[in-house]
Amino acid sequence: MEIGLGHYLAVAACLFTLGIFGIFLNRKNVIVILMSVELMLLAVNINLVAFSSYLGNLTGQVFALFVLTVAAAEAAIGLAIVVVYFRNRGTIAVEDINMMKG
Amino acid sequence: MALTALFFYLFAAVTVMSGLLVIVARNPVHAVLWLILAFFNAAGLFVLLGAEFLAMILVVVYVGAVAVLFLFVVMMLDVDFASLRAGFIRHASVGALVGLVLLVELIMVLATRVIGGASVAAGAAKAPAAAPAITNTEALGRLLYTQYVYFFQAAGLILLVAMIGAIVLTLRHKEGVRRQSISAQNARNPATAIEIVNLAPGQVIMPSGERR
Repeated sequence: MEIGLGHYLAVAACLFTLGIFGIFLNRKNVIVILMSVELMLLAVNINLVAFSSYLGNLTGQVFALFVLTVAAAEAAIGLAIVVVYFRNRGTIAVEDINMMKG
Repeated sequence: MALTALFFYLFAAVTVMSGLLVIVARNPVHAVLWLILAFFNAAGLFVLLGAEFLAMILVVVYVGAVAVLFLFVVMMLDVDFASLRAGFIRHASVGALVGLVLLVELIMVLATRVIGGASVAAGAAKAPAAAPAITNTEALGRLLYTQYVYFFQAAGLILLVAMIGAIVLTLRHKEGVRRQSISAQNARNPATAIEIVNLAPGQVIMPSGERR
């Protein structure tokens, strides 16, 4: 029972779908939406590392490292915005975030 | 090889299950804890793929920093999470539809087996030849500090900007808090700091500066 590239890609596909599903499921809760985005980025990283490993090319792992960096920055800024928003409005429900009428 | 397959299925199953529990957990603190479990098992998958450095970075950065950040924010904000779950079932049907379509598409992409062809086989044959010579961390470091050094610097810059941005966003100056002003302290001289007053016997200076 050889574990191939397709196995890792299947795991990543499941995780990515769960991330999308989580955004739809928790449409009101910004924090869980951010966690779903983290899940999707994790799936992308698994894809990159799996391809890097099976193609014998380290560029994928370098790219995964950069994705990791940007994901950490995104989480920090996103949570800072959530904290500031909660201080100003006392809620983090997504449908209340309509000051810009977007 | 059977052991590798066993560990792959273990890590993969736990990753996907904890990913599912992240999005359906009622308590956001539990969701964060499931997220941490998902990251740990994804790190296990990375080790199986031979990417030890990224696995350790995943544990350090995600579990050590990002997940703890989530945990702090969830615990700090006094949010009524029960009200945020209203309409859960209504959204679930739409989300399940979208997720199902996406999953079917992804599986169809995988099932065409274009990527499972000769290119992967050639790469897989090439990979073990380079592997025993240097470790994954060393190879990654050699690549990162030579070919990708500008991208590496840019990543550092992104983290710096994110750090400053998070501080600027969340820092607040409360009124009535006495803070040290070092420049004002250094700018004092005897002319501005000392006042010589001539008091008559029995006269006092009130805190307001008035003499009585």
